[in-house]
Amino acid sequence: MARIRTLEMRDIVKDFSGLRANDGVSLKIEAGEILGLLGENGAGKTTLMNILFGLYRPDGGTILINGEEVVFRSPRDAMQRGIGMIHQHFMLVQKHTVLENVALGFEKAPFFFPLRQVRRRLAEFSYRFGLAVRPDEPVWKLSAGEQQRVEILKALIRSSDLLIMDEPTSVLTPKETAELFDILKRMSGEGHSIILISHKLDEITRICSRVQVLRKGKVAGEAPMGEVSAEDLARMMVGRRVADSYPKADLPPGRVVLEILDLEAQNDQGAPAVRGVSFEVRENEIFGIAGVSGNGQQELVECVTGLRRASAGAVRLLGREITGLSPRQIHNRGISHVPEERIKFGIVPNLLLYENAVLKRHHRQPYSIRNIMNYPAIRRHAGDLVKSFQVATPSIYSPMKHLSGGNIQKLILGREISADPVLMIAAHPTYGLDVGASEYIRGQIIARRDRGGAVLLVSEDLEELFMICDRVAVMFEGRIMGIVDPRSGSFEEVGMMMAGAVEAAGGEATDAV
Amino acid sequence: MRFESVPRAGTSRVLEILAPALSLLAGLAAVGLVFLLKGLNPLFALGEIFRSSFGSVFGLTETVTKALPLILVGSGLALTFQAKFWNIGAESQLLLGAVFSTWVGLTWGPSLPGPVIVPLMFLAGFLGGALWGMIPAALKIRLGINEVISTLMLNYIAAELVKFLVVGPWKGASKHGYPYTDDLPAQAILWLFPGTRISPILLVLAPAAAATLTFLIFRTRFGYEVRVIGENREAARYAGIDFFRTSLLFMAVSGGLAGLAGTGELTAIHHHLSYPDTLSAGYGFTAIIVAWLGRLNPLLVMVSGVFLAGIIVGGDAIQMSLGLPAVTVQVFNGIILIFLIMGEFFLRNRIRWVRRTPRHG
Repeated sequence: MARIRTLEMRDIVKDFSGLRANDGVSLKIEAGEILGLLGENGAGKTTLMNILFGLYRPDGGTILINGEEVVFRSPRDAMQRGIGMIHQHFMLVQKHTVLENVALGFEKAPFFFPLRQVRRRLAEFSYRFGLAVRPDEPVWKLSAGEQQRVEILKALIRSSDLLIMDEPTSVLTPKETAELFDILKRMSGEGHSIILISHKLDEITRICSRVQVLRKGKVAGEAPMGEVSAEDLARMMVGRRVADSYPKADLPPGRVVLEILDLEAQNDQGAPAVRGVSFEVRENEIFGIAGVSGNGQQELVECVTGLRRASAGAVRLLGREITGLSPRQIHNRGISHVPEERIKFGIVPNLLLYENAVLKRHHRQPYSIRNIMNYPAIRRHAGDLVKSFQVATPSIYSPMKHLSGGNIQKLILGREISADPVLMIAAHPTYGLDVGASEYIRGQIIARRDRGGAVLLVSEDLEELFMICDRVAVMFEGRIMGIVDPRSGSFEEVGMMMAGAVEAAGGEATDAV
Repeated sequence: MRFESVPRAGTSRVLEILAPALSLLAGLAAVGLVFLLKGLNPLFALGEIFRSSFGSVFGLTETVTKALPLILVGSGLALTFQAKFWNIGAESQLLLGAVFSTWVGLTWGPSLPGPVIVPLMFLAGFLGGALWGMIPAALKIRLGINEVISTLMLNYIAAELVKFLVVGPWKGASKHGYPYTDDLPAQAILWLFPGTRISPILLVLAPAAAATLTFLIFRTRFGYEVRVIGENREAARYAGIDFFRTSLLFMAVSGGLAGLAGTGELTAIHHHLSYPDTLSAGYGFTAIIVAWLGRLNPLLVMVSGVFLAGIIVGGDAIQMSLGLPAVTVQVFNGIILIFLIMGEFFLRNRIRWVRRTPRHG
């Protein structure tokens, strides 16, 4: 089969239950090119690449290889046409050796003694592209960088001309990243094309020959690397500020409620996720945390709510240390929490609405008295929440799973606000909600602030953060790159920080300590 | 062209009751097929089962005798299954209850009056089952060991322990070499209604336990937390529920109830510790079906307990009257459990006929 000289995606459309992930996206790549695909989370990068790899079928649009239309029904079809994809999470059998992983599912391997032939080819490719691997080592013993090399070799041996790499550096050390980039350059020199999905500006500028930016499912811009500046890219990525701020009471910030000092924490894989974060949140203040998700925001929130242990640093609430307390103790001290992934964490789908209305507060009076649940009081409370937070539901006896996402979120928000917390943490509170529900929820968060509450708001939606926050901190790779005043700060500035390109100039970042 | 299952949006009350009833009927029909293969008239054989368990006074008293341990064990299992903790080890928790009460009965029985020693034995039974039940809970929460494996394996350990005791250190001097312990002293043996094997104490204890467990599951903070753990572990963590404490506690209650059943079997029926399969007619396993058939609600477990007890009694009867092998009852129970589980699946999911492969996404 002919090698890929050009590949084109034309007007690709993909809907996910009403949400348009790709809206008429076109993309073109030629042999030997390294194309950077840039965009925030949820911009549609991964969806587009999954379509190219045959994992999803588009609802509209076409794919052309060397000018000829192709249809991929499965990744197998895509692989046969020379397309390989390396996912963010490696698809390797941990207990098998490198060689066995490469041979697994390799169609051209002979039936008898497949490993002998695969070993020869592995050595050949490994030498040609400078991909050092140890063929007889089991995969679980390898570092992330080595595992990635195995994935690349797998793709090369299956004669992939076009390699899609989804956030390849997110698991690598700086040294491994440099090695990867050398390999990629060598591959492009041999006529392979590479699509690199990333949200890090410096990587894109270091290695790509061309860049395309997606925003909200559409192409926001596209240019050869030499013709755009990092500022241009940041602007394309985050867009322009359109909506105005929500009206807020003109209140000076009050006393310090939450104080975070040099906090450090690891993620589930044991890698550092929060690396020396300090800031404080005051009364009458909504403190926003911006950033592409996966830059330590979740771990930070978990440290404050007691769901994760900090490895260093301190968290104080109203001057009292709460580091290392259990989630229940922290809740009792007055922190309420609207969690991200609301259905996974925030509710119990199979229990009834009223049972969910007291989750996390069920152990306190008046909802339970001496270990006996006070269901009449709970049902009254649920009825109040439904009424005052406009939760649309047939009754408080409905199973929680029958409510829509927006109504689930309204109930959670109402539950957390009605606890009258000292500090409310809201993580991605409007993610995936329609405009009406989002506006309602933002209004409620502001009302909380205006009544003297302190709010820590984590969001990926810059628009939202600028509309309602009093201050916005930007997190990148576990650090706070800077703290911006939404009244005077610009999207570009924040966009650059989100992509790790600059740190805020001047004192803002330091005076937060 | 293929089938696809889709979760149902909602289930009505009627369906919730109809589904287990229909699966039960389907299960009995399948059991009928087994009879047919043996060359028996299935309707006659099934009729025989229920006639011998519910159709006579003697049958009924035997059914109640066997229903009491099933209700005790089944109520406890309903609690752990609410937490999605798959306790398959009620059989061993029952045995440990019997072991503990045997020790108490033989050691202190001769020197204490009945009203003291009997409660002490029940207490010891509860304690034995509870301790044995807490082992897999601790193993699971602290070391991540799957409770299905650990509870199942603990069954073997407990059975071997009982065997060791009855042929070894506890072997009765008065038993002429048989693998039994000595009989409990008379004051440690329960009074039975004349002509039956039903003790009034157990007749009150089993329903009382079921009622208490119903209250525990649906009215207390502990029960709420158990249900939250069972339905969404992540949310339980978010809500600050202490997994270790809660798991130890519900396994203590569940194991303890199984232990009470062990004490009951010992003091009302057998009067001495003997081989494990003599001591318990597989109640720890049958109670799993009892709990599911009772929809994990101890009040309904009282009904399903009586029903399954009827099948055991009827199964024993047709072994003799129709010349069927002893494992017949287990075949029944297995078939009925499979049908109940399938019924549960169809209650929660709708089956759809798909003509083409659907798009991903």
